[in-house]
Parts: sequence; structure tokens; C-alpha cells
Amino acid sequence: MTHEPIIEAKGLSIRFGGLVAVDSYSLVLRSEDLAGLIGPNGAGKTTAFNLLTGVHKPSEGAILIGGQDMTGQKPHKLAQAGLARTFQNIRLFADLTVLENVMCGGHLRHGSSLFSTLAYLPAFRRSERQIAQEATKIIREVGLADAIDRRAGDLSYGDQRRVEIARALATQPKALLLDEPAAGLNPSETQALVELIRRINGEMGIGVLVVEHDMRLVMSLCRRIQVLNRGKLVCEGAPAEVQADPAVIEAYLGTRRQRAAHA
Amino acid sequence: MSKSAPETITMGTSGGGQWLAAPLRIALLIAAATVALWLVTAGSSAYLTTLIAVMFINAALAVSLTFTNGMTGMFSLGHPAFMTIGAYVAAILTFPSRRKASMLPDLPEFIASLDLSLLPATVIAGLAGALVALLVGLPVLRLRGHYLAVATLGLIVIVQGLALNWNGITRGGAGLSGIPRLSNIWWAFGFMVLTVAAVWRIKFSSLGRAMMATRENDLAAECTGIDTVRIRMLAFVIGAFFAAVAGALMAHLISVVTPRTYSIVLAFNLVVMIVIGGSGSIVGSVIAAFAITIVSELLRPVEESFGLYGMSQVIVALSLILVLYLRPRGLCGSDEPAFVKHYLNGKKHL
Repeated sequence: MTHEPIIEAKGLSIRFGGLVAVDSYSLVLRSEDLAGLIGPNGAGKTTAFNLLTGVHKPSEGAILIGGQDMTGQKPHKLAQAGLARTFQNIRLFADLTVLENVMCGGHLRHGSSLFSTLAYLPAFRRSERQIAQEATKIIREVGLADAIDRRAGDLSYGDQRRVEIARALATQPKALLLDEPAAGLNPSETQALVELIRRINGEMGIGVLVVEHDMRLVMSLCRRIQVLNRGKLVCEGAPAEVQADPAVIEAYLGTRRQRAAHA
Repeated sequence: MSKSAPETITMGTSGGGQWLAAPLRIALLIAAATVALWLVTAGSSAYLTTLIAVMFINAALAVSLTFTNGMTGMFSLGHPAFMTIGAYVAAILTFPSRRKASMLPDLPEFIASLDLSLLPATVIAGLAGALVALLVGLPVLRLRGHYLAVATLGLIVIVQGLALNWNGITRGGAGLSGIPRLSNIWWAFGFMVLTVAAVWRIKFSSLGRAMMATRENDLAAECTGIDTVRIRMLAFVIGAFFAAVAGALMAHLISVVTPRTYSIVLAFNLVVMIVIGGSGSIVGSVIAAFAITIVSELLRPVEESFGLYGMSQVIVALSLILVLYLRPRGLCGSDEPAFVKHYLNGKKHL
């Protein structure tokens, strides 16, 4: 069965000065998708992520979230529409506890108004309780129950990544974008991460797009892979197709000088 | 152990095995402080009473600034500007109407004929401060970095300039004197309690977490669905509201306001208070504000008898350097002391 696409990006481009960092990048992501975005260093993967999440405004192209045009909107609007992400260089609220970090994600859906907060209305207490309960549940799901009251900045690298994912899940997203989630993790942490991502996609029904350098991980995890080289999509398909594609091999291994000269 | 057994979610039962429900404990605390204050004022001079009132107002100012700056990660220096606005607005509203006609000839008729009591005047003053903050914030808060510090510094100068030159309404450099002494230690105490209560309530709520998230990591907060521009605006405007009310109460306490009453020096002193207390800490700000007010006042006779004017300012600055060197996160960090949190918020919810 196929659902309506959650993210539909059409021909996204962005220029920084004279440099075209990403050139007409397109993506269709559905809730059942577990897609990967790979490419050599500097190919524009993170920039593509930033375009999709509203951190950068595209010079050209359009983004539709759930069929709604969200081009040029700020990140919190896209988060509201159902997009959540993590960052390559982890960005936690370091001075807050794990629970508080994840509860921040609940602000979007259940946050009370200033008035009901100051008046300590029953609606405020209800929403606080709901935020806390949902956050606790998510923290348990990602396996951080033991660290729930610890300062997020004091956790190990692997646990910090999980907090980031938990915080993203607390916004109740329809699609989750993970920017190099396995970077800096040891093999057992990576294995746990893979299982978590599969659960997010399979059990929670959230569409996932992963940027990753670890080729073995991407090939085993993702069902569909996009390859980006010098800002352009050079290939999209199943892992086996991608691995056999000459354009991909060229992107990663380069071409011989002579052939390049002929081309 | 608070972290074990997260399955037992005991909420609504008002804090497990504690001897009183949270609202009652808070009421008890305020009642005890009121009695203590009553005993102090009963036996003390007018001078000491006023000093304590100023101390309370300073504490409220420090708490409201730590709300804007410490919790939300901005750097506003605008408190003196908002205080000046609040002081003038409230003073003009409460001034006896028979004197207004001659003293402040440029006032519009409907204001000149007003004889407001202190409460409505301070509320209007607070709203005026909040409105100015909104107008300043609209362009500035979209930018990150220290634009806000520069803009609010400019605001102090602008407000001062307006107060100096708008003779028909502010009486220029002479300022407004003979403001009715409507405020007193109880007003100051009530205002401080109200400020602390409001900031505390927000800090331990979703809104407060959104503010601290904005402080910790702007981009991550934005991507987590927090409208960071709106959150900063909220923190800035609410802080300005409290500052303007403080200015109004102060003017009605010392019965005078001039364009230079609240200057950049005050902005510096307030920043010192929140840095010493721990940026973002309510309890820390209150303690630091009390301490600095008392120390500066104690040094006054020393300054006068030895002719060392400005010494208290030097000592305040030195204590700032010392704190930054020895305990850079201040007295309480950005958190509240555990026993205070436990007392006011009850047991941890989960």
C-alpha cells in the first residue's frame, strides 16, 4: 500500500554566492519509506537536509509537506507540519536534563498559552502532565530510562544521539530526517541505532530519511537510496541498483583523467 | 531515588508524602515573610523601611532581567529605559490634576484631568513599557547576537533624550518631583512576590522550557517546532513590563524621577546581580540583588566620610570580576537550589 507523500521536494536549488551547493534536488518520501541519502564529502547532503527542513531557503524549487506548499517557511512551521530532524554535529539543550530536552519537543503539540500558564489553569496542568508522560514514554522507547534526570550535555556521544532522536520524536513527526546518526558510534551502539530506526519506521509509521557515510549501514538499512554528487542527484534506486550504477562509482572513485578529458 | 521506578506516575496527588500541598506551602512561606516584614517595619526607621523597599524592587528587577537574559539567552540592557518610561507614565497619571495644568502644560486634556490611584497607574505604566519593548523587539529580535544589547543601549539614550527635552510633559532636566508617595514597602514586597511567582511559574512550564531551549541552541529549538522569534519577543516584552512597573513603584516611593535617575550604570548593576546570582536563576538573582543593595548602602557613609565617591561602584565591579574568576556560573548556575524547588514545586512528577 502506498500513502500520500509526506515530503515532496521539487527541484530544490540553492546558491551561496556563485556556488550552486544543491542543484534541483527532488525527493518523495512516504510514511512507509526508509530512504538514504549518500554522497562523497562536500556533495551537499547536509545542505539538502537544511533545505528540506527550512533552515535554508531554496533559491528555486518547492517543498510540499502533506500536500501543503511550505516553501520558504521557517523551520518551526515545517516541524509543525510534521518534519523532525537531528543534526550532524549534535545540537542538544546541553544544560537541560534528558527529560527536559524531550519535553521541549512536546511544546509544539501541547504547549500552554502564557495566560493559562500564569493562571495555573487546569488546562495548563493537564498539558504539562501530558508532555511529561509522552516524553517519559519516548525516553523509555529509545532506551534512556536510566539517564532521564541527567544533564544532557554530560551523556556519552551515543546517548546524546538518542536524546536528539527522542526529542525529534516528541514533536510527533510524520517524517524524520537523520543527519549522520551513526557518526562517532561504536559497533554495538550502531547496531542499537539501526534497530531503533527500523522500529521508528516500522512500528511508529514514520517516514525516515538518513544521511550517512557508513556505506554498509546505509545499504543494509535503507530500501531506497539517493546519491548526491557535486550538488546533483546522480542516482536513485534500491541498494543493489545504486551499487551497480556507473555514475555512483564515478562519484566515489572518480574517473580516469583521459576519460574526463574526453567527456 | 527520584529516577527509579518511572512507572509510578503520581501526579495530581500533590506531591506524594509531603506534609502540605504545594499551594499551601507557598501561602505559608508568603505569610511567614509577611509577618517577619511586619515585625521589621514596626520597629525600624523610615530610612530602613525605604531601604528594604528598594531592595525588594531591585530583586524584582533582577528577576525580570534574568528572565529576559538568563533564561532566554538574550542580552538586553534596556531595563533603565523601561523603568524611566514606567516612572514617567505612572507619575503623570497619579499627579494631582490641579497641579498638572500648570506644571505639565502640554498634556492632553483627558490625561491632565486624571487623578489615578497607584494600581491602575502602574498597570498602564507596565503596558507602556511592554509596548515600547514590542516596537523595539520587532526589528531587533529577528537578529541573533549582540544587536539587542546595542539597540537597548540606544533605547536608554533615546528615552533619556526624550525625557530631557519634552519639557511640556516631563519638565525636562528638572524631572518630576513631589510625586505622591503612594508606594511603600508593602507595594514593593507584593510586587517582588508577584514577579518571582510569575517568573517561577513560567520557568517550570512548557513555555519556560521553550525559552531555555532557545537559549541553549537556537537552531535546534527552531527545528523542534519552537517559534524562537516569538519566544524571545515574549521574554523581552514581559521583562520590560516588570521593569516599567518597577520604575513606577520606585518613583512613587522616592517621590522623584529625573531623566538620569535610571541610567546605564543601573543596567550594569542589574547585569552584575544576575551574573553573580547565576544567569537564569531566580533564587540567585534575589540573593544577589539583596546583597548588592545592602552592600552599596553600607558603603555610602564610608564613601561620604572619606570622600571616596564611586567606591561602591568599584566594589560591585570587582565582585563581578571575582565571581567570574572563581565561580563563572554564578551562585546558583542557571538552576534553582534543590530544596527550594522541592519546597515550591513539590516532589518530582515522574
